[in-house]
Amino acid sequence: MWIDLKRISRYGFVGFFRNGFVSLAAILIMTVTLFVIAALMIAGAALNSTLKQLTEKVDVNVYFTTEAPEESILSLKNSIEALPEVSSVAYTSREEALANFKDRHKNDQLTLQALEELSDNPLGASLAIRAKETSQYESISIFLENAPETTGVGDNEPIVEKVNFFQNKTVIDRLTDIIETSKRLGYGIAIFLIIASILIAFNTIRLAIYTSRDEIEVMKLVGAGHWYVRGPFVIAGILYGFVSGVVVLLVLYPMALWIGPASERFFGTFNTFDYYISAFPLLFFVILGVGVILGALSSYLAVHRYLKH
Amino acid sequence: MIHYDKVTKLYNGGSPAVMDVTLSVEPGEFVSIVGHSGAGKTTLLKLLFAEVDPTEGDVYFGERNMRDFTDRDLVNLRRNIGTVFQDFRLLPTKNVYENIAFAMEAAGRLDEDIEADVPHVLDLVDLGEKMWSFPKELSGGEQQRVAIARAIVNQPDILIADEPTGNLDPINTYEVVQILKKINDLGTTVLLTTHNKGVVDSVGRRVVTMDQGKIIRDDESGKYSL
Repeated sequence: MWIDLKRISRYGFVGFFRNGFVSLAAILIMTVTLFVIAALMIAGAALNSTLKQLTEKVDVNVYFTTEAPEESILSLKNSIEALPEVSSVAYTSREEALANFKDRHKNDQLTLQALEELSDNPLGASLAIRAKETSQYESISIFLENAPETTGVGDNEPIVEKVNFFQNKTVIDRLTDIIETSKRLGYGIAIFLIIASILIAFNTIRLAIYTSRDEIEVMKLVGAGHWYVRGPFVIAGILYGFVSGVVVLLVLYPMALWIGPASERFFGTFNTFDYYISAFPLLFFVILGVGVILGALSSYLAVHRYLKH
Repeated sequence: MIHYDKVTKLYNGGSPAVMDVTLSVEPGEFVSIVGHSGAGKTTLLKLLFAEVDPTEGDVYFGERNMRDFTDRDLVNLRRNIGTVFQDFRLLPTKNVYENIAFAMEAAGRLDEDIEADVPHVLDLVDLGEKMWSFPKELSGGEQQRVAIARAIVNQPDILIADEPTGNLDPINTYEVVQILKKINDLGTTVLLTTHNKGVVDSVGRRVVTMDQGKIIRDDESGKYSL
């Protein structure tokens, strides 16, 4: 068993180098395939980062009346936080709201003087609610609309003055549509390109092995078992995938570095080089893993048809 | 040892390549199968190492019907049959040593045996000096001798030689025939197909004559007579 494995590996390596031209062609095609996969991973990360930025710019604010007691507001905050759709809830007290207002208008003396004229803080507290998905804002708003704090129960006056979702509804709905469409389109294009490039790589290896079909017949004739015939081709396929993967990772480094500043300008905060460095372990395992599995599987299947009795 | 029992082989529903052939070969025999091109000689040999299956009838190897062979049985059978072809069928990406070593490795032989036997068998076919050459660097006669060395290195019970001299000049043809006779003298059963009258006459053993897929003559010590 061990000796067979040693011999199969040796013939795989030797065949890889002696069939230099065929190996080079297979490596070039697999490099293109793996490059497409790597580019899609990076493009996907850029798209997700952009969509996340857009999503983070959206929130729903609940404004309370100036008389609203803080404990009621905090109790509502806890109820909202318990909703599965909610990602975070930020509480701004009346005092903080006033401080923020003053800070925003520090160069506007007229407004500040007008504020001084008032005996009491005119600003109410507020909650800024962020959902996990933009599509979930509507259900959160419906919850708020029906909450006893908004409708008022019995003698208790409603403490919620305004929920700003409905003012922003059109923008939020359009953004949700854009995000969903972008994701669907992105997945569609990615799946199409991945399938197309895998088929091309598979066919290249099939052609490479087609040139060896007579050799396979001879191997069978001298009494080589199926694995003894198939093994060296599978090893060569693994080598095609491995070498192509390494080439892709090496080529991506200068490319990511070069595109980095431009990508940051285009996408906002996403820098291809930073992503390459931070996601290198993921890229390494995915690219080399796909390369090796694709090479081995393509070789296995391509030889299989010539091994049929 | 080998028995063809009313064997017919049709390729893709066309006219039969072999038709209703019954033939027995005993251990140690040297059988020359002769006939024009398309007479069915090669198909008869292909049936023996299961490169093709019979359409009708059965081929027996020893006591066993080859229809009952599993893939594993087939691999073992092929390790027990040496094959030599007109087009040599060497592995082009392996050198002479590796071509012969491959047959031994496939049979599970040890590295020490391979290192000892390959040079020895190459000396037998007078190719010791070409051990590290690749097939494309050899002449036709040399390639055929490598093929013979590969066929006999595992000391098979049967050697099948399908037109082994078809691509060779008279001198190389003579050498190949002498090697085949020597192998037969050492106890290996040899089945040779040829349409070379000189080869058959110089062997001077059993001659089976085929025409249009049928055996039309079977002479114990015959000559080429078509």
